[in-house]
Amino acid sequence: MSEYVIEMLNITKEFPGIKANDNITLQLKHGEVHALLGENGAGKSTLMSVLFGLYQPEAGVIKKDGVEVKINNPNDANALHIGMVHQHFKLVEIFTVLDNIILGAEPNKMGFLKKAEARKKVLELSEKYGLQVDPDAKIEDISVGMQQRVEILKMLYRDNDILIFDEPTAVLTPQEIDELMEIMRNFTREGKSILFITHKLNEIMAVADRCTVLRKGKYMGTVDIKNTTKEELSRMMVGRDVKFEVDKAPQKLGDVVLDVQNVTVPSKLHSNNAVKDVSFQVRAGEIVCLAGIEGNGQTQFVYALTGLDKMSHGKITMLGHDITKAKIRERSKLGMSHIPEDRHKHGLVLDFTLEQNLVLQRYWQPQFQKAGFIKNAEVRKYAERLIKENDIRSGQGPITVARSMSGGNQQKAIVAREIDKNPELLVAVQPTRGLDVGAIEGVHKQLVAQRDAGKAVLLVSLELEEVMSVPDRILVMYEGEIVGEFNPKETTVQELGLYMAGAKNMYRDVEKKGGAEA
Amino acid sequence: MNGLNVWTVVADIISSTIVFAVPLLLVAMGGMFSERSGIINIALEGIMIIGALMGCLMMRWLDPLVVNGQLGSQLAMLIATLFAGVCGIAFSVLLAFASINLKADQTIGGTALNMLAPALAIVLTWVVQGQGQTTILIPTWSRITEANFGLTLEKGSFIQALFFKNFYLTTILTIILFAAAVILMYKTRFGLRLRSCGEHPQAAASVGINVFKMRYAGVLISGFLGGIGGLAFTLAAGSGFQSSVAGYGFLALAVMIFGNWKPWSILGASLFFALFKVVGAYATTLQKLGTVFNALFGWPDKIGIKEGISSYLWPMLPYIITMILLVLTSKKSRAPKAEGIPYDKGMR
Repeated sequence: MSEYVIEMLNITKEFPGIKANDNITLQLKHGEVHALLGENGAGKSTLMSVLFGLYQPEAGVIKKDGVEVKINNPNDANALHIGMVHQHFKLVEIFTVLDNIILGAEPNKMGFLKKAEARKKVLELSEKYGLQVDPDAKIEDISVGMQQRVEILKMLYRDNDILIFDEPTAVLTPQEIDELMEIMRNFTREGKSILFITHKLNEIMAVADRCTVLRKGKYMGTVDIKNTTKEELSRMMVGRDVKFEVDKAPQKLGDVVLDVQNVTVPSKLHSNNAVKDVSFQVRAGEIVCLAGIEGNGQTQFVYALTGLDKMSHGKITMLGHDITKAKIRERSKLGMSHIPEDRHKHGLVLDFTLEQNLVLQRYWQPQFQKAGFIKNAEVRKYAERLIKENDIRSGQGPITVARSMSGGNQQKAIVAREIDKNPELLVAVQPTRGLDVGAIEGVHKQLVAQRDAGKAVLLVSLELEEVMSVPDRILVMYEGEIVGEFNPKETTVQELGLYMAGAKNMYRDVEKKGGAEA
Repeated sequence: MNGLNVWTVVADIISSTIVFAVPLLLVAMGGMFSERSGIINIALEGIMIIGALMGCLMMRWLDPLVVNGQLGSQLAMLIATLFAGVCGIAFSVLLAFASINLKADQTIGGTALNMLAPALAIVLTWVVQGQGQTTILIPTWSRITEANFGLTLEKGSFIQALFFKNFYLTTILTIILFAAAVILMYKTRFGLRLRSCGEHPQAAASVGINVFKMRYAGVLISGFLGGIGGLAFTLAAGSGFQSSVAGYGFLALAVMIFGNWKPWSILGASLFFALFKVVGAYATTLQKLGTVFNALFGWPDKIGIKEGISSYLWPMLPYIITMILLVLTSKKSRAPKAEGIPYDKGMR
């Protein structure tokens, strides 16, 4: 038997105008966790899609146990016992867990489903691997963590022994991540082989045996994790040294810029409130981070704060002005900048040009218009300055259509526009989502520069590394409430995780203690 | 009730309701198959017209054989019905090709077919019958009567009115097709796969399901049911086919939405629609019944109408009630998530 269970040799895959994979080799040993590391757009997903039969490579061969194979579609991959947990789960929301697991591999008699048989097998697998699921629950009603367990069960149900995990930890809490790592180790003990796609170095160091690194579609090499460091991996991935710590000047706290009092926002989805009685302050010269797992009211809070939506109770004061009911433009004029969570929905007009997008916050100022007519020359000059200062890369400069730009450069454009307003308060919601290591570093620098210049920054983030490194203060939000406040220097990821998952609540515990003392 | 046998009226209402519910149910189920596979089928109206046209033409061609006794009348009906279904399939292939292979906008594609169908029907009717002959008459043997069972019943009696006044082969077929559709949708591998394609085709493809094939299947089934539904409507509506199904295809779409894309709810919705249509029609034609209703609800005194509610109000009833109900239930209704979006392999 060959040493390798899967070999992808000299794979080249081209798309119009771009070589997504250029002569890439990846060899997976029996029973190992093999990490595939690379920035966004490095070609990881393309390579896995080739292995999974979604794309056909222009050149190169795939071998299973030393024998060359052709994989033309997911069925072929399945026949070779290759399974994949996709980054965006491939689950039908209105189907039950059971239906999702059996879909495509249904036990049947003359086309009629044999669900009892399927249920038995699923429950056995669930028991054996400690993957708890409720087979009759609908996907739309269960947590993201459980959805991922469903995806894993899908692979096990098909008796796959080569398991691909595409960025599986992005949506999980720290505790769930630990569980997942444990499950992965269990699988390898059973002789299953795992391909683990990620750009998070800590996880690779924790769980992987070997790591293959890609950069801009090219093969950078394969290393043993035992003989490497985070720094070396990141250098291979980005091509230069990357700093993980964020440099911050000593803090100079100023006056209160933002004062949020008892804000409650009703939910659009259910009768409960999405944000419940939230109060906090942000002062000049500090970065406050609102941390939490996705869907715990952060989005709705930011909507209320920035004026995109109404709140039902509470008061928001900014620089002494009551802005509870202020219009978005008024808030903006008062010095609020907003880097929105969804850059396509709220950040850019995708079919406008880059220069039009850059001037969106100021086109009405006398500098850019006269009697309602836009001064195009001024706009062009302004856009060219921002593009140069912020290194926004695009095909045609100011007249590039925003839609055609890469996600990282779209984000750079938004950040440039919002910071150039010289705001008193910068609200940055997941400003580094979907960006690669180099670009993340740049955004973090700009946030810190605002803080050091004596501005207030409210950062909303789901990324724990960001939560731990960037802010001066962390507020954890769970089910619409603030359940804890931390100093990032004095807390740990594990502690934050407990609060983010709702296992702990600082204020309720405090109340209980107070009661005991009294 | 002034010489009118109340039981005959009740039997009449029930049997008319069923005969009008049949085409709605068939066509709405057709729409359901198409939409749950992910293709918006607004061409139901056109498919119905084509089915009705071809079914009626087939009856016309078979007429001499039946009259001469060479072919049993209901066997001829079965041939005509299946022919209507097959032609519906052939017509729906156009929609499938445009929206699945060419990734055309499904609403526009369907609208084009709706414009094509009546024009085609007029031309074909003229070709077959001679210029200016716009109606294809339906032979009287199309109906199943007590004579088919060797019974003699008094005309206008309860049993006769209930079972044999509006009884067609399509009614029996519809019951069979409905049961088959429920089983197919929820108990088979095919149904599970079809539904997954309408909700999340990328998920379906990732487990090796051929989305193109499933969507074709969905549209073709809607063509079959739509074609038969068109014939069933023409049988229910009167004595001939005049290149139109009077908007029943669109009504069926409403029934499908009202029925929340689920077979049992669609059954309820089509019976509900049909009942109000029939009641409306009765109230218009039978002044007395209108008076009864008025007396029941006590409207005339309140709004000052002595001779009953305006006869125009009754036919509007099913539509008004639907609008109200759609407003009330629309929050719960949930269309297949991926419907109307052409499937693209590269999309994630």
